Amino acid sequence: MNAPAIRELSYAQAIQEALAQAMDADPRVFLMGEDIGVYGGAFQVTGDLVHRYGEDRVMDTPIAELGAAGVAVGAALAGCRPVFEFQFSDFSALALEQIVNQAAKIRFMLGGKVSVPLVMRFPAGSGTGAAAQHSQSLEAWLAHVPGLKVIQPSTPYDIKGMLLAAIDDPDPVMVFEHKLLYKMKGDVPAEPYRVPIGKAIVRRAGTGISIVATSIMVHRALEAAEILSGEGIDAEVIDLRTLRPIDTATIIASVKKTGRLACVYEGVKTLGMGAEISAMIAESEAFDYLDAPILRLGGAEAPIPYNPVLEKASVPQTEVIVARVRDLLQGRI
Amino acid sequence: MPIEVILPKVDMDMAAGTISRWLVKDGDRVKKGATIFEIETDKSTMEVEAPGDGTIGRISAEVGAVVPVGVAVAFIFGEGEDVGAIRLPTEAPTAKTQDAPKPQPVAIMPATNGDSSKPRATPLARRIARAHGLELAALAGSGPRGRIRAEDVQQHLSTPAPEAKAPPAADSDLIPIDTMRRTIAERLVFSKTTVPHFYLGAACDVERLLKLRQEINAVEGLPKLSVNDFVVKALALALRQVPEANASWSDAGIQRHRSVDVSVAVAVEGGLFTPVVRAVEAKPLGQIAAEIKTLADRAKARKLLPSDYAGGTTTVSNLGMYGVESFAAIINPPQATILAVGAATRQPVVAGDEIRIGTRMECTLSCDHRVVDGAVGAQLLAAFRSLIEQPLRLLV
Repeated sequence: MNAPAIRELSYAQAIQEALAQAMDADPRVFLMGEDIGVYGGAFQVTGDLVHRYGEDRVMDTPIAELGAAGVAVGAALAGCRPVFEFQFSDFSALALEQIVNQAAKIRFMLGGKVSVPLVMRFPAGSGTGAAAQHSQSLEAWLAHVPGLKVIQPSTPYDIKGMLLAAIDDPDPVMVFEHKLLYKMKGDVPAEPYRVPIGKAIVRRAGTGISIVATSIMVHRALEAAEILSGEGIDAEVIDLRTLRPIDTATIIASVKKTGRLACVYEGVKTLGMGAEISAMIAESEAFDYLDAPILRLGGAEAPIPYNPVLEKASVPQTEVIVARVRDLLQGRI
Repeated sequence: MPIEVILPKVDMDMAAGTISRWLVKDGDRVKKGATIFEIETDKSTMEVEAPGDGTIGRISAEVGAVVPVGVAVAFIFGEGEDVGAIRLPTEAPTAKTQDAPKPQPVAIMPATNGDSSKPRATPLARRIARAHGLELAALAGSGPRGRIRAEDVQQHLSTPAPEAKAPPAADSDLIPIDTMRRTIAERLVFSKTTVPHFYLGAACDVERLLKLRQEINAVEGLPKLSVNDFVVKALALALRQVPEANASWSDAGIQRHRSVDVSVAVAVEGGLFTPVVRAVEAKPLGQIAAEIKTLADRAKARKLLPSDYAGGTTTVSNLGMYGVESFAAIINPPQATILAVGAATRQPVVAGDEIRIGTRMECTLSCDHRVVDGAVGAQLLAAFRSLIEQPLRLLV
């Protein structure tokens, strides 16, 4: 029986396939999370995996994130390869002790004698009407901690390849998955493959401005670039993919080419991805190539509102990206 | 450690100086106290001496560069200190060598039009301009608030050089504005636009004065006096008699000065200086003459010290030697008066019912009306005239 080499899968299906292939390939891999077993996960990512791999490898945890995360860190230290799912990324606040003070530091504090091959998955972002405690984009928090790797795959292809790379990785990798991406479809090879952590990708080549975006904002930036191309503005869109470690070379090369930079991200604007990328460029050789102020488009300085109109207004939307980039290119900023 | 040669502060409100001449070059050996360069401030040229013995190196400011006060412009290297290899304290301040906070190296700007009008430009525009040796100030920016963008620079570079295309005006030359000319311009515009001037004129009979001067100058061993020396002395004594005119306007109040310090306008190549003779009222004519001569010589050599031209409570400007009969001068703020002196000319005068030949010198007093009202100015001019016309009163 020959499976087609490349099929169209949703982002959620691509995750499930990656998890299954990882468990097939390595008996040390197992899954933990709230309602990921019989219920199939809050976003149906694990689906029927419990029936295929059993309750020992697809493990429902109590609603006690700190304790469960401690179990995952301990399992990783003992030689397992746990993949831990938070039901919502917001709930990771309960588990920060295990993530920040334990998982991130143990390898360094024990002189490299052990590592923590832990993968944690964070359903993140707004747009589902889930209000302030279920809609945040907290990736910058964890990207601030040395010892963690933080990735934000934006396509079904990337999530499968990067999740497999994360499970291979000897160190803790935090995977932020935008909830609105789960249903997004894209071509995904059936075979296991890896997409390297720490490498950005140019999704659209252009000469007029470099737009660095993460997660769902990559798609909004691409839509914006399409609209702007009709106005003679040729935008380059870079999908950052990894927030830590940042692929500075790709961004510097792009800004040296275009002379302009916009950062688009859903996390709160202040002290977020855009602050880091802007400062990095200002410190780099690309500074001398800037021909306009740097633009940051990030989330509002407020909790995500429940009201759907306000919820939409609180994070960058395609038309806002179009308007601000147009202002910059036409010399109004 | 190499010794830093910094641009010194030689004037109270000096923020930067222009290097007008280097007397040494990299590699020259210098002794402490030797003059190594000259700087031009608003008013004068100052010599700067070597702060130590050794070999000059790393001269970083060219002639014409405007350098902020306190910035190192060169270094003096001691015996065995390698000019090339040594790390200079201002180049890489590290925790180890930073025993005292040193002024950070500051980009040395070419002398353009002052620092107030630094052009707004993007980093890329600056980079392209730098690569082509282009002055950004010469460009118009198309960005927000006049920001110069790369496109503006490229457009400028792609259009043929203006002198090749069409010289702006073939029958005129553009003379660069030096520090002195700029200072003159700024101070006179300030004066003429903010000080309410009015003018009083008098034709003084100088027959007796000229005769007296001739007699004095004929005496062996006495100092030679000019008419202007008498004028300076007479104005000082007149201001003693009308002390309310020896004053300056300030927002805090009118400052009435105790001594009469007379600024004397001295024309020099390319401009003028106004060195000050202090406490003129108390000095004999011979001393006034000697001081004016010394100050004028120093001014012409551009060697005045800031203390030579600071202050002054009134000014005498004399164009008589050019044959000018009368003129009105612009007040030198914060002074309240200036006396413009014309030539002594022989002319018909009415004496009783007769017309006879007399000698007259037209003097015009400009007054700052905020400090000196018409009647006070008139009293001052009358007092001056009376002294000039009875010159023996200037001697005793």
